[in-house]
Amino acid sequence: MSSRPITEDDLNGLLDRTLDPARHAEVLAYLDAHPDVAQRLALHSEQADMLRAAFAPVIEEPVPTELDLSRMIEERRRPRQAPRWAMAAAAVLLLSVGAAGGWSLRGMTPPPSEGIQALAREAAASYATYAPDQVRPVEIRASDRDVLAAWTAKRVGRPIGIPDLTAAGYRLMGGRVVPTEHGPAALFMYDDDRGTRLVMLARPMKAERDMPMSSHAEGELNGFAWADNGLGYSLVGGVASDRLHPLADEVRRQIRSEA
Amino acid sequence: MDHEMVRLIEPLIPALRRYARALMRERAAADDLVQDCLERAISRWHQRRPNDDARAWIFTILHNLAMTRLRRSAQRPVHVALDDADAANLSLAAPQEDGLRHRELLAALARLPDEQRTVLLLVTVEELSYAETARVLDVPIGTVMSRLSRARERLARLMSAEPRATLSPPYLRSVK
Repeated sequence: MSSRPITEDDLNGLLDRTLDPARHAEVLAYLDAHPDVAQRLALHSEQADMLRAAFAPVIEEPVPTELDLSRMIEERRRPRQAPRWAMAAAAVLLLSVGAAGGWSLRGMTPPPSEGIQALAREAAASYATYAPDQVRPVEIRASDRDVLAAWTAKRVGRPIGIPDLTAAGYRLMGGRVVPTEHGPAALFMYDDDRGTRLVMLARPMKAERDMPMSSHAEGELNGFAWADNGLGYSLVGGVASDRLHPLADEVRRQIRSEA
Repeated sequence: MDHEMVRLIEPLIPALRRYARALMRERAAADDLVQDCLERAISRWHQRRPNDDARAWIFTILHNLAMTRLRRSAQRPVHVALDDADAANLSLAAPQEDGLRHRELLAALARLPDEQRTVLLLVTVEELSYAETARVLDVPIGTVMSRLSRARERLARLMSAEPRATLSPPYLRSVK
């Protein structure tokens, strides 16, 4: 017999098959002499089997297209071809500015004052103010893209990539700096041949500096917001959510590949 | 380089989906998490040290994203009883032979603190080594071992303590 006492780590090791053969035999001998511990261990072993069985079906499921790694890598390498959703033709619903207060994650109340939901509200408010504007929707036009990039970088405090959505049928109109409760933000506006406008808002995040993409909706206005490395982004437009989502994915992809 | 990434990471995607499903419960939320994880992995692949353990590396990315997302939903929890939940949204269909026991297990699992549930899933279901698990969770191996013991004890207690027929615990359902 070994002089080393049997530890809880040994019992875990037995369940997880990490013991060397000598120690394995010692633990089994110990269990023979301690039926109460053996019973407890048998229960833990049964639970482990059940857990494995419970989640085993996931392994057998076909992997969804969105998780095709080769395709994801390939898409980063080349710009997208103009896809089906380039024909987005949803009517733009003009929002009253006051409606921004109702902007929140679907079904959730009340909206918090910072983080990604605040960013989504700010994007909706900016959209409501500037997207319907026929006279001066943007301060700096796309022809002065470099000036726009330098100005927004200076005011926001960090360079903000200007995504290119031409492959999806949306041209950059231009942009401006807009005020938010959390400091200056960069606004870029896009439109397609039918005049459908999209707004992307970006600003530094104090809270929720890294967030996966989530969707937002207010009436006909849809939005997708996320945060990467302390910069938050929200893309909003009067476009169906399933058409806006790939655009937001594309924006995120471009910004990440620049970073 | 991309070829090597596909060779090393692609075979792990089913397991990443499984861990995500166990944590997020809803299929759509889980797959969205894995997609995010893969996007980040592609961006950061060049920062990875050669010969680094790809499985521990990618599980670390997934785990950290999951914890961020769970913390966020914990701030604004929406509880739905299991019976009210849309069956199509539930992570897994119960095996017919023992549906109640199966539900009980998932309910007990959901009641474990995150630090115990994650260690139990990584070791038992994903069959990561203790060292890999320690790396994913960014804790010493000793902490992995003690959390594992506590998780096993607590799961056993939760499963024996609950009267089976009345078990209808609240589920945290991620809302996006």
